[in-house]
Amino acid sequence: MAPPLDSADAGAEAALVLDGLVKRYGSAAAVDGLSLRAERGALTALLGPNGAGKTTTIEICEGFRRADAGRVRVLGLDPAADARALKPRVGVMPQSGGVPGTARAGEFLRLVAAFHTRPLDPAALLARLGLTEQARTPFRRLSGGQQRRLSLAVAVVGRPELVFLDEPTTGLDPQARHATWELVEELRSAGVSVLLTTHHMEEAERLADRVVVIDRGRVVAAGTPAELTGAERQLRFRARPGLALDELLTALPPGSAAKESPAGHYLVEGDLGPGLLATVTAWCASHDVRTDDLRIERRTLEDVFLELTGRELRA
Amino acid sequence: MTAPAAAPAALDLAPAPGAARTSRMVLAQTAYEVRGTLRNGEQLLLTLIIPVVLLLLFGGTSLLDLGPGPRVGFLAPGVLALAVMSTAFTGQAIGTGFERRYGVLKRLGATPLPRAGLIAAKTLTVVLVEALQAVVIGAVAFAMGWHPHGDPVSALLLLLLGTAAFSGFGLLMAGTLRAEATLAAANLVYVLLLAVGGVVFPLDRFPGGVRSALELLPISALADGLRRVLQDGAAFPGGPLLVLAVWAVAGLALAARFFRWE
Repeated sequence: MAPPLDSADAGAEAALVLDGLVKRYGSAAAVDGLSLRAERGALTALLGPNGAGKTTTIEICEGFRRADAGRVRVLGLDPAADARALKPRVGVMPQSGGVPGTARAGEFLRLVAAFHTRPLDPAALLARLGLTEQARTPFRRLSGGQQRRLSLAVAVVGRPELVFLDEPTTGLDPQARHATWELVEELRSAGVSVLLTTHHMEEAERLADRVVVIDRGRVVAAGTPAELTGAERQLRFRARPGLALDELLTALPPGSAAKESPAGHYLVEGDLGPGLLATVTAWCASHDVRTDDLRIERRTLEDVFLELTGRELRA
Repeated sequence: MTAPAAAPAALDLAPAPGAARTSRMVLAQTAYEVRGTLRNGEQLLLTLIIPVVLLLLFGGTSLLDLGPGPRVGFLAPGVLALAVMSTAFTGQAIGTGFERRYGVLKRLGATPLPRAGLIAAKTLTVVLVEALQAVVIGAVAFAMGWHPHGDPVSALLLLLLGTAAFSGFGLLMAGTLRAEATLAAANLVYVLLLAVGGVVFPLDRFPGGVRSALELLPISALADGLRRVLQDGAAFPGGPLLVLAVWAVAGLALAARFFRWE
């Protein structure tokens, strides 16, 4: 009979296990008892407002910072104690910088490729990310988007098992963003585990197998995008402003809610059963209300995110 | 004529990690650093152009009284010492300071290249650039009629200790100060030590007490030691070797203790 798996063995199966992670700067806790698990071969997105602790968390996983408390296992290893064994297996794309301003794009990529035994062909990788013409351009003269793409190339050139991408598409134009998404999706299909942080809900919704929402150094929600947005649906339509919503509500099942915001944009929430659409359209017909843009949809990840983390501005 | 646009080559992204042998990583890093140094105009000014100009200027004119014997016999060892300082100290401090500031040292810390490997590559780079400087300065000096004598092993030992001392303090500065402060301070130290370190201005022009203090500077010890060997034919000049050894141990120990990678 196989012995029962203890937690350390279970940790070895995951790409990343964080348990009760704490990191303080002075008296402020940037990370405050954070626990999460990222499966191998999956794409996990860390979402959170500025200052939520995303970058600190990722830098602890990368071995750049030591946690004050808690347990970290990256590919089953300790990022501090097992750094030597771990580094070839992990690719890192920092949020900014990391390449000398005077280094030429192709030159720096070939340098990092030379640190690995079976790297990707640097020229092919540059071509893939649309940087062939910039191969001889010094890093400081690349556009912001080109710098981000080179940084992504540097992270993956060693053919890692796990990549950490800290805001990979910030500052990219739509073409570059899509090129980045395609490469990230391909990495995942090839069996690479990906942990990315992002502010773009669309990015998380499109790419992530699992989304972890972080706020004030803690996990406030986690699940697949579908789980997070839930079964709850909402009905939206546009019509002339100032409809008598009280009257509409009497026609709807109990527990429903309706509001107008902004003027002429209506939102109905509640038990959106099969008859609801008919009830609303019948009510509109009987009141001579023309509707436009009428649809039933799930809540977006952005709705959930704002609900979880509030609407006030962060640092 | 139209040719079909070449489709980007398919990339096999399936994980296949592995660290190259450390020697290969160090060589790759060294080649990369040497190329970067030779492309850097400001650094070439500091490491090659200024030393050669000083050699030509003071060797070819009688602007300074350099004591008895051929002028180049006095100047060439001093300019070699300046060359060592410019590469091991000034260039290394500024380059590494900005690498630290822009997160390059941190970024490289996430690659399989160990930190000791990075330091080894930087040291190799310094030594290779110094060899190039020695060839160029030597060629100019020979053309000016230089006849060095003395023990090559003593000269190499002095150069080695000088390199260690200047590297230690260059890295200490790069790893503790802000990059802009390092830039200013490293250039200032270069100019000051050029002026008062016996590089081209003989130290015996200073009053006795000041001279004794200046002789304890690493640049003076290196210039004086090289002169004793290459100009006077001495072997293993004890005083300069001891001064350089103390600076080397102190600089490397302080750098090892206080260097911050980010």
